Amino acid sequence: MTDAEIRAVALATLLSIAPEVEVDELRGDRTLRSQVDLDSMDWLNFLLGLHEKLKVEIPEADYAKLITLNDVVAYLQRKLGAG
Amino acid sequence: MIEFKLPSLGSDMDEGTLLEWKVGVGDTVKKGQVVAIVDTTKAAVDVESWQEGVVHELVAEIGQKMPVGAVMALLLEAGETAPAKVGAGGTAKPAPAAAPRVAAAAPAAAAVPATPPAAAPVVAPAAPGRRMISPAARKHAEEKGIDLDGITGTGPHGAVTLEDIENAAAARPAPAVEKAAIKPAEPQASRAADMRKTIAAAMSRSKREIPHYYVSEDIPLAKALAWLQAANAQRPMAERLLPAALLLKAVAMALKRYPELNGYWRDGGFVPVAAINPGVAISLRQGGLIAPALLNADGKPLTLLMQELTDLVKRTRAGSLRSSEMNEATITVTNLGDQGSQAVFGVITPPQVALVGFGRVAERPWAENGGLKVLPVVTASLSADHRVSDGHRGALFLLELNELLQHPEELDK
Repeated sequence: MTDAEIRAVALATLLSIAPEVEVDELRGDRTLRSQVDLDSMDWLNFLLGLHEKLKVEIPEADYAKLITLNDVVAYLQRKLGAG
Repeated sequence: MIEFKLPSLGSDMDEGTLLEWKVGVGDTVKKGQVVAIVDTTKAAVDVESWQEGVVHELVAEIGQKMPVGAVMALLLEAGETAPAKVGAGGTAKPAPAAAPRVAAAAPAAAAVPATPPAAAPVVAPAAPGRRMISPAARKHAEEKGIDLDGITGTGPHGAVTLEDIENAAAARPAPAVEKAAIKPAEPQASRAADMRKTIAAAMSRSKREIPHYYVSEDIPLAKALAWLQAANAQRPMAERLLPAALLLKAVAMALKRYPELNGYWRDGGFVPVAAINPGVAISLRQGGLIAPALLNADGKPLTLLMQELTDLVKRTRAGSLRSSEMNEATITVTNLGDQGSQAVFGVITPPQVALVGFGRVAERPWAENGGLKVLPVVTASLSADHRVSDGHRGALFLLELNELLQHPEELDK
């Protein structure tokens, strides 16, 4: 998958949890949870959604690495590449 | 005959609009079965029946706005046979000798007397299943929302007259039913405004009537988080636990030792409740919040509690809660840690008598035994009703909460 395709999956997953998000206004290099009102349950569901759509295992120990949308895309790309 | 009434769907809800019946005449209803969906200012709620029976009559109509306590349906008890009378349209009707029902959705106290009034008028003698009434009087009754079964006709052969309708309308104790047409879903802004008013009313009442006191405790979570991390490492993603589940379970367990924080203030006194049903404050994306109950949280292992919490949050935000979840919370738990607040001192939801708040779990300097270290810490707070408990007991409750969180493995039972 390309980065753009992974980003599209991530944004679709995000929208399913936070439908009010204006995707065009999201900054990929800014902290995701400061731009979108996501509590820990939403965050867990976001990661779970990515796991289900992309079949990527995300250990809890890696949660702290996923700060921005760019982080999420790069992390998933690495995981998909390794798989 | 069992009168199925609109239950309270939270202390701040005094009326609801029937959206849908989930049962029909002749259906058997079991305890806990969802029988109707009722819209409130906060959510559409699946209303459960806590009595068993067979549906005899659906009194409330779709789109009808009713106060809490209004009779929505009549159920036949086990072994009870349906009254023989059948209406002209073939619909079963209560027996003529039954006490007259005032318009379906009048306030319960006025509309549904526990026993028939001594001078209860008897339904006019007429041919079985048919009231003698002119079309004009029938139309007038419909316009006024008057139940013809409750009227004694004073015309020839017991016929119901226009004057009888007027008298019945004048004698009605309160504007009974707002018989609204089925409305399309309210615009989100309107619902948000209604919810804001409802929250405003409940919170104003709380601050007006409940003498709050507040205590707080900083609780180190190193052991709890390490235990969670180890537990989650063994679990598939869909079954991982959040710290919120651990905190909820700890609150529920601590309440077992401090029952004066779990219950209601009613009729000038405290009513303790044996079941521990923390209401979980859940913010809605369109604004406002709801605090539905996680029933019997103290007796559930963490995996089940987490599943139920996930389900509760999902259904709350989807607008699909059950009446028991809306009216059986015995305390409220709020967590603003995800929003970055270090601590929260909440407003008690009446008639409850306490609220527990959690702030952000963050690393902080921690002095202990003459040394300094860095630990993950959460500030837990208690807002409690001073009419029921004192700060001394409140502080001990938070100490108990702290102690429980130092032994997380014991919370998974």
